Amino acid sequence: MNWVRDNADLIVERTLQHATIAVPAIVLCLVIAVPLGCGVRRLRGSRGVILAAVGLLYAIPSLPLFIALPALLGTGLRDPINVVVALTLYGIALMVRVTVDALDGIDHDVVMAATAVGFSPWARFWRVQLPLAGPVLVSGMRVVAVSTVSLTTVGAVLGVKSLGLLFTDGIQRNIPEEIISGIVMTMALAIAIDMCVVLAGRLLLPWATTTRRTTKAAGRRLRTEASSLAGAP
Amino acid sequence: MRLIGDAIEWLTDSSHYGGPNGIVHRVVEHLWISVVVVVIAAAIAIPIGFVIGHTGHGRGLAVTLAGAVRALPTLGFLSIIALSLGFGLSAPLFALVVWAIPSILTGAYAGFEAVDRITIDSARALGMTEMQIVGKIEIPLGLVLLIGGLRSAALQVVATATLADYVGGGGLGRFIFSGLKTNDYPQMLAGALLVIALALVSEAVFGLAQRLAVPIGVRTTQSPAELTASSVSN
Repeated sequence: MNWVRDNADLIVERTLQHATIAVPAIVLCLVIAVPLGCGVRRLRGSRGVILAAVGLLYAIPSLPLFIALPALLGTGLRDPINVVVALTLYGIALMVRVTVDALDGIDHDVVMAATAVGFSPWARFWRVQLPLAGPVLVSGMRVVAVSTVSLTTVGAVLGVKSLGLLFTDGIQRNIPEEIISGIVMTMALAIAIDMCVVLAGRLLLPWATTTRRTTKAAGRRLRTEASSLAGAP
Repeated sequence: MRLIGDAIEWLTDSSHYGGPNGIVHRVVEHLWISVVVVVIAAAIAIPIGFVIGHTGHGRGLAVTLAGAVRALPTLGFLSIIALSLGFGLSAPLFALVVWAIPSILTGAYAGFEAVDRITIDSARALGMTEMQIVGKIEIPLGLVLLIGGLRSAALQVVATATLADYVGGGGLGRFIFSGLKTNDYPQMLAGALLVIALALVSEAVFGLAQRLAVPIGVRTTQSPAELTASSVSN
């Protein structure tokens, strides 16, 4: 425990650096993937192909992606932007499918009823479809949040600053306490961001508690589905 | 784009293929590590998964443990194991087996659970023993989901085996880490492209295996992609 006491400042600094990478990636994923999912859903014919292609992003291991992105983006190898972009792409790979599934899951009669009572397509989307899809989107974002925080550590082997540096430094200097602090803080940060997502969901979708059971089931499904995303570096 | 050209040049340079640090040797090493890990993990996870799937007991515990393993940051877990087991191949092998188990376990019991209860009751009514039900009904019908579990485990192992060399375990990660040390970006990128290619090959092979694993009698129009999605959706 001495190491933790003596290095509290370092742990806080690494946690902040970690959040600076993970949080933008999570937010960008939401902002990009939901409109993309809505767009893809409209393409009746080619949506299967597009969803398969987006899903293939999963199959790209993260460390190789962190290395390949500088060649495409013109960034430096140790630039945190590569990690942000890579993690945003993984998040998109999951959330586009979740968005399509969430919108498909809405009772068709509700959508037709909204049209019948005079909602324009734009208003119907914002005031009927999106709110009803909300709980599923929240479960998806919870998976994205946890796996993004976990994957951020992998960038440390290239020298990108995050809690992962506690692993690389700990192994080089043979300090198990440092590695364990890194693991504990990564999991704590993941839980904290996950709670923020849940809280944001409750504030934005106060009616969602009535459908909590189905949301929970969907969440469980998503969490297991995202296994390859959560584990693969 | 010039950088990608450099990496392709590195990959097509025949002098990089032979020898103990050549592409051929490293690809074989990477595949060897991956196969050993998946086989060990399968030997542990499949019997347990079958027992859970057949009896229905222990499912909650399996889900909890699998969730806990998945939440562990890969690099941190590998680092702490390497400090206790020492540098070399044993630490990554151990860590990779631990990671591969949840997907295979889930695939194994989800496959059993997906079998229609009526089918099993009919088999029992016909006088089949429990072992016959497992061997002739549950395993063949659950095979697609089991292979789905192996598929995600293999993808994860091929990807994570890249980190093996971080603790001195060899494999394709060697190109990445030695390139990192010597500031040789083309070599790193070439290593990264090889890992990506291997991951895609693994996906394709298991995708094909899933297609072939559907018993002829129950073949439908369901695509392997949908089957994979449902395989992990316990």
